[in-house]
Amino acid sequence: MLSIDNLHAGCEGKTILQGINLDVKPGEVHAIMGPNGSGKSTLSTVIAGHEEYDVSQGSILFNGDDIAELSADERAHLGIFLSFQYPVEIPGVSVTNFIKTAINQNRKAQGLDDMPANEMLKKIREKAALLEIDSRFLSRSLNEGFSGGEKKRNEIFQMAMLEPKLAILDETDSGLDIDALRIVANGVNKLKGKDNAIVVITHYQRLLDYIVPDFVHVLHEGRIVKSGTKELALELEEKGYDWIKQGA
Amino acid sequence: MDLKETLLSSYLAFDAQDGPQRKLQDERAAAIEVFEQQGFPTKKLEDWKYTSLRTLTKTLYSVFPKEEVNLKLEEVKQYILQDVDTYKIVFVDGVYNAYLSETTHDGVDVCLLSAALTKRKFAPVIKKYFNQIAEKEASLTALNTAFTKEGAYIYVPEGKVVEKPVQIIHFATDKNPNMILQPRNLIVLEKNAEIQIVERHQSLTSEATFTNVVTEIFTEQNAQLDYYKIQNDNTEASLIDSTYISQQKHSHAKVHTFSFGGKLTRNNLNFYHKAPEINSTMKGITLIEGKQFVDHHTLVHHAQPNSESHQDYKGIYAENATGVFNGKIIVEKEAQKTNAFQQNNNILMDDKASINTKPQLEIFADDVKCSHGCTIGQLDEDALFYLQSRGIPKKEARGLLTYAFANNVLQSVQIDSVKKRINKLIANKLGVNIGFDV
Repeated sequence: MLSIDNLHAGCEGKTILQGINLDVKPGEVHAIMGPNGSGKSTLSTVIAGHEEYDVSQGSILFNGDDIAELSADERAHLGIFLSFQYPVEIPGVSVTNFIKTAINQNRKAQGLDDMPANEMLKKIREKAALLEIDSRFLSRSLNEGFSGGEKKRNEIFQMAMLEPKLAILDETDSGLDIDALRIVANGVNKLKGKDNAIVVITHYQRLLDYIVPDFVHVLHEGRIVKSGTKELALELEEKGYDWIKQGA
Repeated sequence: MDLKETLLSSYLAFDAQDGPQRKLQDERAAAIEVFEQQGFPTKKLEDWKYTSLRTLTKTLYSVFPKEEVNLKLEEVKQYILQDVDTYKIVFVDGVYNAYLSETTHDGVDVCLLSAALTKRKFAPVIKKYFNQIAEKEASLTALNTAFTKEGAYIYVPEGKVVEKPVQIIHFATDKNPNMILQPRNLIVLEKNAEIQIVERHQSLTSEATFTNVVTEIFTEQNAQLDYYKIQNDNTEASLIDSTYISQQKHSHAKVHTFSFGGKLTRNNLNFYHKAPEINSTMKGITLIEGKQFVDHHTLVHHAQPNSESHQDYKGIYAENATGVFNGKIIVEKEAQKTNAFQQNNNILMDDKASINTKPQLEIFADDVKCSHGCTIGQLDEDALFYLQSRGIPKKEARGLLTYAFANNVLQSVQIDSVKKRINKLIANKLGVNIGFDV
């Protein structure tokens, strides 16, 4: 599904990713871990298609097609979703109106008409219930004044609504208490299936207790320096990242 | 001959005309003298520093319509709010159009100034209010006074809540090209009276038109005024709007100005507090492109204690468009416990767009809360990325963020039909349909 080969990328003339290789197949869950500044967020941003990041070398293929030249919205239309580490506040647009616009713009790109209002409403209710979001929350301005946990829950709510093929969760666990973590993880697990894949980017192991990865990769100085199974995450939790840095 | 000379010589012919306007002969004669002395304002004046009338004053606009024009409803329907029951006062090339209008004298007077001038029962109102709050020494206001002939006359008696909004609409047509229109409106709300008004100037011709409108409004004790100005004219139409509002105790006057069009638009919006405990609200959205120019000059004169004023103006400027915002707040020594808020936020969509924004606070009282803020920025790149990453294309994402930016001004619009219209105008301007009303 996602095939990254020797990816070098960065912004403002600085190369942050120094040759990433990553292969994600449908049905898989990958975790990318690493110390601060290792390039985890850059990787997710580059996959999602931020204009300010340039790919200087290597390629990103999605279902066999090179997506490096596609805009962020075109990548979203292919089924790539990024749950932001720091979701942007948009005062003046409610959560409901935002997701309606997003859904219908995606449908438009697929050549479909707008989703009928009753169907939309039903879907919103269903997904909100999954993430234990109440209706008052949905009429609030997008992310404005949301707590860290509310922002992350809202990200996963959007993911549940959009039903992407590839979901990249960037530090979705940061700022979450244990209850919110459970709710968010439950939402993510509901999406999991044989046709879609999840990339979890995290600093800590605890989210991986709930979203169990098939593969764990350690990122350091813009390269994947170690890959393994879920046991690697436990080892990192125990030993910290220093032994990786030394090994690299 | 320049426009000033043309107007001065036209005045003699105008003054010789028979008609109800002769009742205002003294005011008109005094006013033409002020205009003759001052002429059109130039950029040398502080209040006109960023606004040049040079192009306007080089065009020889005519005062007199050549022919009377009958418009069919079909031709102008789109400019008139249809999905709400309203009174309508419609003018075509400065002449009242009975066919398109719906006036009343049933419990409230919604009619023409010329009609009010001819009826004895309105004489005391005219005498008490006409030209009493308009700034006599302002040359463009004086020019309007000198040529006063027609306009809207609205008188709401004590305790009357007018259920239907009033639309005041001016059309300019190609039958009378290059006209200068100078409507004069007088609106009086007696104690506890309430009314909603929507004003629009619309040119139907590609020839140049110039409107110099003056509106005087009086809100007596506890009266509530809710006024909307929709400015979405074509790029050959220029508008100078001078609105003067005199407020008494516990009255609340709200004015929303939506400036989406025109060649040159200048809004002089003035609130004068004549008693304590008054509320004044002025909000606006400016959304222009090309070489369009919109200037908002506001004034709130706090003269007595315990009053409030709120100003919130949003500006979005694309291509070569230019904006001006000048918000003047005067707080007299007696006006203790005044709360005055002013906010002007702007987005420049392109490199060549510009905005000149200036708060002007003159505070003589020592126990007041006055705040002002202005921002000039671009759309947030991170917000655009966030929206795009959800599958919203860039154009729609920009549209959505622009909507969001203007949203809190729209939220205070009380007439649904106006809100829908403004939403639609914004969507058309941005070339997007975001699929919901903000």
